[in-house]
Amino acid sequence: MTLLADPAGHFSAGLALGALRLQRCQACGHVQAVAGFACRGCSSTALAWVVAGGAGMVQAASVVARAPSDSFRALLPYTLVLVRLDEGATVMGHALAGVQIGDRVQAGFFQHDGVWLLRFAPQPLSQ
Amino acid sequence: MAATPHLIGAALTPFGRHADSSALGLMADAAQQALLAANLQRNDIDGLLCGYATTLPHLMLASLFSERFGLQPRYAHAMQMGGATGAAMLMLAGDLVRAGRCRRVLVVAGENRLSGQARDNAVQTLAQVGDAETEVPNGASVPAYYALMASRYLQATSTTQADLAELAVLMRRHAATHPGAQLRTPIDVADVLASKPVASPLKLLDCCPISDGAAALVVSADGDAPHAVLLAGAGQAHRHQHLSAMGDVLATGARQSADAALAEAGLGLADIGWLGVYDSFTITLAMLLEEIGFAPRGQAAAAVRAGQFSAGGRWPLNTHGGLLSYGHCGVAGGMAHVVEAWLQLTGQAGERQVSSGQGNSGLAGLPHHALIHADGGVMSAHVSLVLSGCQSSGAGA
Repeated sequence: MTLLADPAGHFSAGLALGALRLQRCQACGHVQAVAGFACRGCSSTALAWVVAGGAGMVQAASVVARAPSDSFRALLPYTLVLVRLDEGATVMGHALAGVQIGDRVQAGFFQHDGVWLLRFAPQPLSQ
Repeated sequence: MAATPHLIGAALTPFGRHADSSALGLMADAAQQALLAANLQRNDIDGLLCGYATTLPHLMLASLFSERFGLQPRYAHAMQMGGATGAAMLMLAGDLVRAGRCRRVLVVAGENRLSGQARDNAVQTLAQVGDAETEVPNGASVPAYYALMASRYLQATSTTQADLAELAVLMRRHAATHPGAQLRTPIDVADVLASKPVASPLKLLDCCPISDGAAALVVSADGDAPHAVLLAGAGQAHRHQHLSAMGDVLATGARQSADAALAEAGLGLADIGWLGVYDSFTITLAMLLEEIGFAPRGQAAAAVRAGQFSAGGRWPLNTHGGLLSYGHCGVAGGMAHVVEAWLQLTGQAGERQVSSGQGNSGLAGLPHHALIHADGGVMSAHVSLVLSGCQSSGAGA
């Protein structure tokens, strides 16, 4: 039994199952996408994994024209975004072309070169 | 009585492509020059701090360098803090002297980052400052992280891409006056806007080049050395590692770090006469200048256009050309700002020499105080330093 649960791997494993996993602090309710051993809001170590609804607002967007590897050169140009999820955490992902800052988006999942990734699409207007 | 740390020697190699160079060879070149500048022999050095080299990952780089260069220090290790490493090593060297642990510390870094590896390898090594699960797998790179941050900052401050371009143009203009700079061909705003897209809103000329090169500094307890510059204040801030975990694009930690350094020196922004601010991308420079307070939000470009950061302006900025045009070979790229600060504060900058014509005394002379600010990661690790020329009677001296 380890003192603190190692958060490594949970986010990635979630993507492969179609789940956007976040850590939620049991003490203060803070939600974080970049997993850790303690809450970055209140320092509590009582963290639980929750599945996010995947809806949020685009906080940053960039169309990438130069890829870091041959694998991603095949996708060029691709749009990367930071999305502020409704749960309160910020997460990085791909997005459909044309997605801009301020857009309401919904997370989807796609596989590239054997790795599952997030891809955000504009949220349907109908509620 | 505690010793007072002074920067008494500094050296910088030309940056660019040095095809037959090695990391250790470049480091040795800069270290040899710095010893000459400080008028010291190898056996005068009792402390050594080395910056990491991506082309020479080694478990004990400082011991390796000591053996090859011919040093037997009583204290030695390497440091890794991304782009903030050089400034942090200088801060630590000062504290080692202040504590009495060392009398003379050599700080050195260099690498053949351009010619020593394939471009994809360099880009992928640097990309690992991103989160291994949530960021890097997306095909993100350091330019993409900074581009995302830039998109957010431009939106928040009504800054335009043409505004960012002004900073690239200024750095190129300064580099044109330094024979060691990698990029010296004059450019204008239209050139920056028309350069190849990298990751919107950043184009090629918004990004620093990858370089080979090295830099070295000597910190000593001897304040009577001919070209001694006082390490008057230092500060750090570490608020996040990853872009996804950055809380506020308007409060990254830069101001907290700079305020700590200024407070330790007993100075304010108005006392500063030369600026060395980290400029890995144009957005880096705009954000740091504005967060620290050298320009109002969204107004860094207006300040550039008004000449405020020119060699003859109120706050001469990166007069060697910065990372954007002098070049960027990793840790030594950030140290180049310190080398230039030392030259400027001691009147050794030759044709690039700036004066303090706008000072309170009304008398033109050397700038009295310089502020250095570096960031590592994606605005993740901040280090600020205040350096004071010793011919001045500034509050920190």
